[in-house]
Amino acid sequence: MLYREAGQFKTTYAEDMAIFPIRQDRIALAILLGIAFIGVPLLATFHVWPFGSDYLLWAILLPFLILALAAIGTNILVGYCGQISLGSGAFMAIGAYSAYKLATGVHIPFAWLGFAISIPPLPVLASILLGGLMAAGVGILFGIPSLRIKGLYLAVATLAAQFFFDWAFLRIPWFTNYAPSGSVNAPALDFFGLVVRTPVERYLLCLLFVTVMTVLAKNLVRSNLGRQWMAIRDMDIAAELIGIRPLYAKLTAFAVSSFIVGVAGALWAFVYLGSWEPLAFSIDRSLQLLFMVIIGGLGSIMGSFVGAAFILIVPIMLNLVPTELGVPLSTQTITHLEFIIFGSLICYLLIKEPHGFARLISIGKEKLRLWPFPY
Amino acid sequence: MRAPDTNEIMLQVDGIALAFGGVRALRDVTFNIRRGEIRAIIGPNGAGKTSLLNVVNGFYHPNHGAITFKGRTRARMQPFEAARGGIARTFQNVALFKGMSALDNIMAGRTLKVRRGLLWQMLRYGPALAEEREHRHRVEEIIDFLEIEAIRKVPVGRLPYGLQKRVELGRALAMEPDLLLLDEPMAGMNLEEKEDMSRFIIDVNSHYGTTIALIEHDMAVVMDLSDRVAVLDHGIKIADGTPDEVKKSQAVIEAYLGVAH
Amino acid sequence: MVALGQFLEVLIGGLMSGVLYSLVALGFVLIFKASGVFNYAQGAMVLLAGLAMVRTLDLLVANGFPPWAAIVLGIGFAAVIMAATAWLIERFVIGPLVNQDGLTLFMSTIGVTFVIEGAAEMIFGSDVYPLRLFPTDAWFVLDGLFPGGILINKLDVWGALIAGILVAGLAIFFQRTKTGRALRAVADDHLAAHSVGIPINWIWFVVWLVAGLVALVAATVWGTKLGVQFSITFLALKALPVLIIGGLTSIPGAIAGGLIVGAGEKIAEVYLGPSVGGGIEYWFAYVLALAVLLVRPQGLFGERIIERI
Repeated sequence: MLYREAGQFKTTYAEDMAIFPIRQDRIALAILLGIAFIGVPLLATFHVWPFGSDYLLWAILLPFLILALAAIGTNILVGYCGQISLGSGAFMAIGAYSAYKLATGVHIPFAWLGFAISIPPLPVLASILLGGLMAAGVGILFGIPSLRIKGLYLAVATLAAQFFFDWAFLRIPWFTNYAPSGSVNAPALDFFGLVVRTPVERYLLCLLFVTVMTVLAKNLVRSNLGRQWMAIRDMDIAAELIGIRPLYAKLTAFAVSSFIVGVAGALWAFVYLGSWEPLAFSIDRSLQLLFMVIIGGLGSIMGSFVGAAFILIVPIMLNLVPTELGVPLSTQTITHLEFIIFGSLICYLLIKEPHGFARLISIGKEKLRLWPFPY
Repeated sequence: MRAPDTNEIMLQVDGIALAFGGVRALRDVTFNIRRGEIRAIIGPNGAGKTSLLNVVNGFYHPNHGAITFKGRTRARMQPFEAARGGIARTFQNVALFKGMSALDNIMAGRTLKVRRGLLWQMLRYGPALAEEREHRHRVEEIIDFLEIEAIRKVPVGRLPYGLQKRVELGRALAMEPDLLLLDEPMAGMNLEEKEDMSRFIIDVNSHYGTTIALIEHDMAVVMDLSDRVAVLDHGIKIADGTPDEVKKSQAVIEAYLGVAH
Repeated sequence: MVALGQFLEVLIGGLMSGVLYSLVALGFVLIFKASGVFNYAQGAMVLLAGLAMVRTLDLLVANGFPPWAAIVLGIGFAAVIMAATAWLIERFVIGPLVNQDGLTLFMSTIGVTFVIEGAAEMIFGSDVYPLRLFPTDAWFVLDGLFPGGILINKLDVWGALIAGILVAGLAIFFQRTKTGRALRAVADDHLAAHSVGIPINWIWFVVWLVAGLVALVAATVWGTKLGVQFSITFLALKALPVLIIGGLTSIPGAIAGGLIVGAGEKIAEVYLGPSVGGGIEYWFAYVLALAVLLVRPQGLFGERIIERI
């Protein structure tokens, strides 16, 4: 069956409004979801190639899923709403540490007032979601300057968030429950009696989170709110003149973006790392997420996945290929090469294709529709 | 069927003055727009026409004077308040959302009519989906009206200028405005495109009963379309009246042809 | 008197390190004024200049060159590297991106940052390289007035001196030379400048070159203070809040902003730090910039922007 929409007539607006209006795309998506939800867990459980060891799950798929989720959050703010953020890492950290505090019980002593606020330890699921909400709240707070300042100035405001929270989680012992090393351990991942332990279970948990949140995010960006964000991004003055309130549009973008990034942060800490330090959420993480978004495609949900995959695969390839060829590179050289490759790719894409790999893919699809007779 | 020409004043601008630093863009301008009419504002370059529209829809805040719109008087308002009050606007240099498709641009014009909030839109289910379809339906009517069906999914940045102007008009119409401000809707168009655009303007006025104020340089178009014409020169209103009255005004002839000192 | 003495010492130390921020901020302002680019890569350029210089210098000294010759050649080589970098950036990144919005340009400079950092460390190494161009011992002044006197670092004085010379040099360059005047014309309106025959690509190359040389000067002072190492890029990042505070387009603003940040963060660290666990310096500049943005978005010395449509 050729990749063709001929003969697929749409008779209602609902059909035309579908995410994948072309049948072949829907089939491809169904196959992909089938592999992700059934194929991978089956293969991994029985250790069939390429899941002979847990390496593929642990070192690639798990980080890929979580970082793709964080990239979606970043993309909503940067790609859809056009508000630059160099502080995504901090919002991951807020999600992670809030979830940690909530899962281990919050105790705020107001010694001078003679009372204390105590919240008993919450279930893990509630902690993760509330961690996301906490990040959303702080996101709104740091989004307020965006109402008065634009573009580049906002970069500095988000840097302020990044450095302030880096510091707070490192230096304020309350956040780490006074752990002497400053490193904290995730609670047991107990979901209504179902305890998530093995890599396969962790993978499925993240997959579930990512799938649900991706659908919700996609719904938002193709609804009126998403159009408001893009309008603000493309021309904020004109947006205001058609009745879009910059306050509402920008702050919702900050809130939704920070919520997603915060949940991703909680998953990163709880499910992937298990125990962590503030370093896990440094400015390097923020820049990594920004790169995923630019490389994958500004203003594209699918692009966030492509970008995350690319950023994770390049270092592995740099490690693997030269070793196979008999000229292994030192880890330092690999890091430096990574820097150079990502940096030049960013510049190249910004010049040639600001919508990243996602646009390249859709151009490919357009060509495929006409194949093999392009005229 | 043309909206009845009542003499009801929809918008009254009183003694507006606007200055940027030392440049006085508008000086004590008073004028009004009646419900249902097509009102033209003309004048040489730099006469303050665009500034006047900017004051009307809240983008510039005048230094002096007051604006009365639909019975409410105020000195200043925010652009989105003007939009909510029913004032829509197109721009001299097309202010579309370049990264969005024509359809999304026009759909964005429905923002003020959207009732379901963030959570509903996120679920996109039941009432939220029904509402989205309803808006899509209204927008498709506008797309049909403006004859831009073929380009609805094209990012507007890729469209030729004439079509961009049409999409921009569509976005303004999607707001279902009471008052539509058009800033040089025919600038840079060829004759055929101008004829199309004139037809759209007349149709909007007669079908939807929308009151229209437009800035235009093409005198033939202005004299044909409009019910009343105001003439600005150097920020001052020098003439106001029906096309015929304005044509005969000595001040207008001098402003356009220059006068020997 | 002890308290006052200590305060003065902290203040002076802070102002002096503020001069270093100003040095980097100057490079930002130059590029922003001339091309509207908010250059994230300025810190990476300081690192590159420093590494190129210190590695050449070490190599030459190890091969028996006299120290003065090694220093001159080291600085010369670093200047050549900065010129090459400026040319590459203009030719392959900023040139093709002309007329793009500020956000795209900004993100492209983040890309440039990564390329420069990766390449610089790959070519010149990624350790800490000590550099001794200026004396680093201390003076004690006013010991008649305060017990023990006030400690002033000689290096800081050198830094202030160099910053002064640099600003004077830039002022002369902008006011008196043909290229400098062309540069100001481009900064006002690059299309108009282009239309009267100013070679715009050449001008942008010159701007990035001057910014590169400013980075080199900053690298000599910072390298002497901390050793040439990767973490310099993080310190240089503080030039961003410095600029926000001073105003993006103002050279006096860059200087004043640097001094305010330098003094402010030292004073905050010494007097507030102990009560919150220390390390305030890490974020003070950014939070201060955020506060300034909320009150006066154009910065203390910037011009108000009128939007048009």
